[in-house]
Amino acid sequence: MPESFVLRALVGGIGIALVTGPLGCFVVWRRMAYFGSSIAHGALLGVALGLLFGIGLTPAVLAVSVVLAVLLVVLQRQRLLATDTLLGILAHAALAFGLIALALMEGVRVDLMAYLFGDVLSIGWIDIAWIYGGGVLALAALAYVWTPLLAATLNEELARAEGLPVGRARIVLMLLIALVVAIAMKIVGVLLIVSLLIIPAAAARGFARTPEAMAVLAAGVGVLAVLGGIAASMAWDWPAGPAIVAAATVLFLVSLVMGGARRAAEKG
Amino acid sequence: MAADGGNDGHAPLITAQDVSVRRAGKTLLEHVNIEVAPDEIVTLIGPNGAGKTTLIRVLLGIMLPDAGTVHRRAGLRIGYVPQRFEADPVLPLTVARFLTLGSERPAVGALDRILDETGIAALRGAPLHALSGGELQRAVLARALLRAPELLILDEPVQGVDFSGQLDLYDLVGRLKRDYGCGVLMVSHDLHVVMRATDRVVCINRHLCCAGQPEAVSRHPEYVSLFGPRAGELAVYTHEHDHAHDLAGHVVPADDADPAHMHLHEKSTRDA
Repeated sequence: MPESFVLRALVGGIGIALVTGPLGCFVVWRRMAYFGSSIAHGALLGVALGLLFGIGLTPAVLAVSVVLAVLLVVLQRQRLLATDTLLGILAHAALAFGLIALALMEGVRVDLMAYLFGDVLSIGWIDIAWIYGGGVLALAALAYVWTPLLAATLNEELARAEGLPVGRARIVLMLLIALVVAIAMKIVGVLLIVSLLIIPAAAARGFARTPEAMAVLAAGVGVLAVLGGIAASMAWDWPAGPAIVAAATVLFLVSLVMGGARRAAEKG
Repeated sequence: MAADGGNDGHAPLITAQDVSVRRAGKTLLEHVNIEVAPDEIVTLIGPNGAGKTTLIRVLLGIMLPDAGTVHRRAGLRIGYVPQRFEADPVLPLTVARFLTLGSERPAVGALDRILDETGIAALRGAPLHALSGGELQRAVLARALLRAPELLILDEPVQGVDFSGQLDLYDLVGRLKRDYGCGVLMVSHDLHVVMRATDRVVCINRHLCCAGQPEAVSRHPEYVSLFGPRAGELAVYTHEHDHAHDLAGHVVPADDADPAHMHLHEKSTRDA
């Protein structure tokens, strides 16, 4: 039944895109792309630990992602090293230990490519349950902290002076990114996952006058990228994860051209 | 409902007593006192690195002092205009949305009235990042006013604003104080604030140097124009001495100093 695995891929991919769009806006606004990448690299350690202890990969990846996010917050308290340095250490250490663990595991055959680049066509209904369960949770949490997070993104000092719960909102955002990396890993893989956070949001920027419009547009761009990518994968036998990212990139380029044309029209 | 639950209307809105702040082995503030009463404009002045912004952060509750206490009137609503505010183009936001973001439902018509008062009514639908420095400063001030503050705190409100824009802004702050009846605390290393629109001046240079009323002579228009271009380099104030500075900037007792004399601080003598 070739239709059912395509259907699952579409349902799962769309579910991911609906979450990465709004969440990705904050990644773009707050310049957290490297944070997302680092969590994603660390996810490979989660895969290794999940296999080692025979627990589900998604909860294992989620656990490692959360631990990395918490470690970062703790390490940020020292002021000698910058955040990107700390992230680089955490990310690559987790990646290295993950690769070592995978290599040493006897009797476990691991398709590393599936984790690095995703395997959207092998998504099962359990994965879809994770995507939609985690996705609904993530969007609800994001909606809950939306205003303080937005105010803190605009100006942290001002938000804190106004008594908004800035610190809590920031931690929620980091945990949400960890959650989304964990549930989206199967779609595009750890190497490409950040693209689903930043490319749709970047494509949406030129057409949005409010933060909420940008979030909704980003979700829409993400859905289109999933549809286009999986269609291209079916038609030309492209690997599905990279095809989704390629489709998103094409949409981003189109948005640049359309935005430029619109500004030219407004001037003329 | 101007005053909260039976508070004395003339009691200070906010009081900091004997506040000291040390960070990373450096003393940022030492035994500083300041208070702002309702319906009063207080200007906090001092050279660069004097700890003005640190003191503001302590008053706002963003930073905890290592010693001393801060007392705010119960339920005090503070409107804050930070020293640096930049609107990032990556975040789409209109001026009107910026004003209302994070505030509880403002009173009917309050948004329109405040946009009018701050002179940015025509910009309400404009993207925040398209505003000029002066317009952006007014938008941040409008945002603070929308919260119906009992105390307005402005940290160097004229940075990045040209000279005539600065005078406009001070006039605006004076008018707002009258109209809203709120206390105002302004930070400056700029002479004009002291002379044009303040009831009381507090000068700090990590420790409390002096506090008092700005002297009449400093309000003379020629004086303003003379010191205008150098306002960022010199801080002039009059005060009652409790000490003086020797040539190295150390505090020495000054029992016999002339209490009415004028005192000049070169910005960089202590901090270099």
